[in-house]
Amino acid sequence: MSDFAVDVRNVSKRFRLAHGQYNTVKERLIHGGRRKATEDFWALSDVSLTVKEGQTVGILGRNGSGKSTLLKCICGVLQPTSGEVAVRGKMAGLLELGAGFQMDLTGRENIYLNGSLLGMTKSEVDRAFDAIVDFSELEEFIDGPVKFYSSGMTVRLGFAVAVNVDPDILVIDEVLAVGDERFQRKCIDRVKQFQKEGRTILLVTHAADTVRSICDQGVVLSHGRMIAEGEPGEATRIFRERLMAEGAGMSVVDPALVAVPATPDMLGNETTGDDGDTGRPVRFRSVHRVFSGDNAVPYMRTGDDLTIRVEFEALRTTEDVVFSLEIRDDTNNAVMRTDTSIIGLHLDAPQGTGVMHFGIVNMPMLDGSFSFALGIQSRSGILYDWKEDAGKFEVMNPGRITGSVRMDVHAALISTESSVDSAALA
Amino acid sequence: MALDVPASSSDADRRLKADTEERVADRSPMAAEAGGTSERAARRGSNTRIVTPTVSVPQRMREIWLSRELLIYLVRTEIKVKYKNSVLGLIWSMVAPAMTLAIYYVVFQLILGNKMPDFVIFLFAGLLLWNLFQLGVLTGTGVVVNNAGIVKKVSFPREILALAAVGSACVFFFFQTIVMIIFMIVLHTVPDMAYFPVLLLALVAGIVLACAIAVLLSAINVYLRDTQHLIEVLLTAWFWACPIVYPYQQQIGDKLGHVWIYFLNPMVPLVLTFQRCIYARPTAVATTKTGPVVYHVLPDKGMLWYGGLDLAVLVIGVVLFLVALAVFGRLEGNFAEEL
Repeated sequence: MSDFAVDVRNVSKRFRLAHGQYNTVKERLIHGGRRKATEDFWALSDVSLTVKEGQTVGILGRNGSGKSTLLKCICGVLQPTSGEVAVRGKMAGLLELGAGFQMDLTGRENIYLNGSLLGMTKSEVDRAFDAIVDFSELEEFIDGPVKFYSSGMTVRLGFAVAVNVDPDILVIDEVLAVGDERFQRKCIDRVKQFQKEGRTILLVTHAADTVRSICDQGVVLSHGRMIAEGEPGEATRIFRERLMAEGAGMSVVDPALVAVPATPDMLGNETTGDDGDTGRPVRFRSVHRVFSGDNAVPYMRTGDDLTIRVEFEALRTTEDVVFSLEIRDDTNNAVMRTDTSIIGLHLDAPQGTGVMHFGIVNMPMLDGSFSFALGIQSRSGILYDWKEDAGKFEVMNPGRITGSVRMDVHAALISTESSVDSAALA
Repeated sequence: MALDVPASSSDADRRLKADTEERVADRSPMAAEAGGTSERAARRGSNTRIVTPTVSVPQRMREIWLSRELLIYLVRTEIKVKYKNSVLGLIWSMVAPAMTLAIYYVVFQLILGNKMPDFVIFLFAGLLLWNLFQLGVLTGTGVVVNNAGIVKKVSFPREILALAAVGSACVFFFFQTIVMIIFMIVLHTVPDMAYFPVLLLALVAGIVLACAIAVLLSAINVYLRDTQHLIEVLLTAWFWACPIVYPYQQQIGDKLGHVWIYFLNPMVPLVLTFQRCIYARPTAVATTKTGPVVYHVLPDKGMLWYGGLDLAVLVIGVVLFLVALAVFGRLEGNFAEEL
């Protein structure tokens, strides 16, 4: 392939974890020149990745998954233990904003120093100088020493220099998360402008939304291996899945997560031991949830259907039973509350057992984990049974839109007016 | 063709480059592929960088050359930072050697009764070069460790740091030279300008040698922090192994002959060359109350002898520099994790 911008070929990187290193001659001599028992840690193992020119690739991964090591290898800050990285074009690495700033020098001097560290010539810095100062919004302070800058100002200056290097390839390591919100937006805008200009961008982030909104391709690293590469939506999904699975201490795909049978334990105590209570004639037996999509994975996708299957038993025949459903987000705020009387379903529960369904069609939520609570009550509001944490479900968004809810958005161009033509007419 | 342009791409950008359809400002890689050669791609094609476990020495040399402006900025920064907030600033770089000179003068001429004429100039000639060498090597050794922040985060040829240390030593050399010229004018001594080209050769050889040692030690120091302390001690010994405060001919040449072992010290011919040019007197005669005293200061050899030895040192220095680059390359791979 001849049009790559960055080609990572079978790169492995080993770190030696010595438990205290022999760094002095004395220690080396005492231990006969041997190194202390070291433990090999492969921060990257056999990672291959081709980034075509003009692509924007997001690298996702948990802390310690090797994503920063990969970026450092690409930038040439670290040399791989084996394998190689080929880079075509001028690269600017933002591994740390303001790395190499001399606190005692003024902002102006640091722009020149940092610019040349990033590979700019003096005339290039001269040309970009105004743009850098403008972007950093530090006009008044540019001739003051950097040590008097706030950390936000330092970061702004660092980013301003880095984006004005005029790189073909921009490598960003989680630096977009710094600065105030307005500056962050400015940074993202600049990154998008870079994309439009056909430059290649590699960025490492924790924020899956960033990958989804600005990347063409996503890469997921886990324990030094590349476990996924592909569409940003797909990559973020795999990343989330991985996060969840590792967080829960379970294997990645655990069908047990798909349908959670409500065990008697989960149903809570309020439904047991109250058999004689005639005020609670109807109670839950079990709750299941079923996704319409691929049930081999422990989550649903936006747009899938969700069915909550409720098995209940009635100790005696009860008329006018109302089932209620409340869906909550991960911060326990109610997303939606409804019940069968609102829906318009009239229910009578004859003595014995029964099954009812809540069906949610075309899940509009984008990303997140949700829980739901269920209730059974009489039409007059007497609560028969309540299940606080009746179940949970995860939603993954396979598309590119971000936010919390999917809305159907249409776009159309109504008219345009060319100022060029009107000027010519006049 | 224009119809192929996706509606999402920026109008401004498109208008600018509307005529050159190659310039595809769209983010889709497919479009970029189809677009063929843009100016950016053309630029990129000529410049492919490969990061491998080892970087060849010629490639290192090329990268150093490409980073020469950075070298200048680093030297400038070092000097600025060194004298920030000091009232006299760079004057200190002149005061310090003048003080050293004064001390040696007091000790040797006044206390030990050395009657060598213009002893100050003799001293200065040797010290000038030695200070350059010593400062370059000493600061160069610690430079990678001291700049861990940049080394771990920014990609650039790290040898530049060691070279910058020698570079700033060169700047101090320049200021000390000014001081020396003032001394020479005051004392009415005249240099042997015929030897000036040889002096330049010796200077270059000294700088190359200092660079080689600085690059080598800066890398080793990352792994063995003792290097920094060891080199301080070694440099003191090295200083006295050079004929700087004592005249070579009288103390070595007349007593032992031109012993080859003494010339294993590559600084010896360089120092002698500096003295030959600046002090300009192979033999000095001092008039004392008891009659004239003859000082054999420098070997009575011709320009070829001085020049030849300096050239040999330069060759050794260049070879050592290449070796240092190769070693640096081997050790560089783990800098970021050792720091």
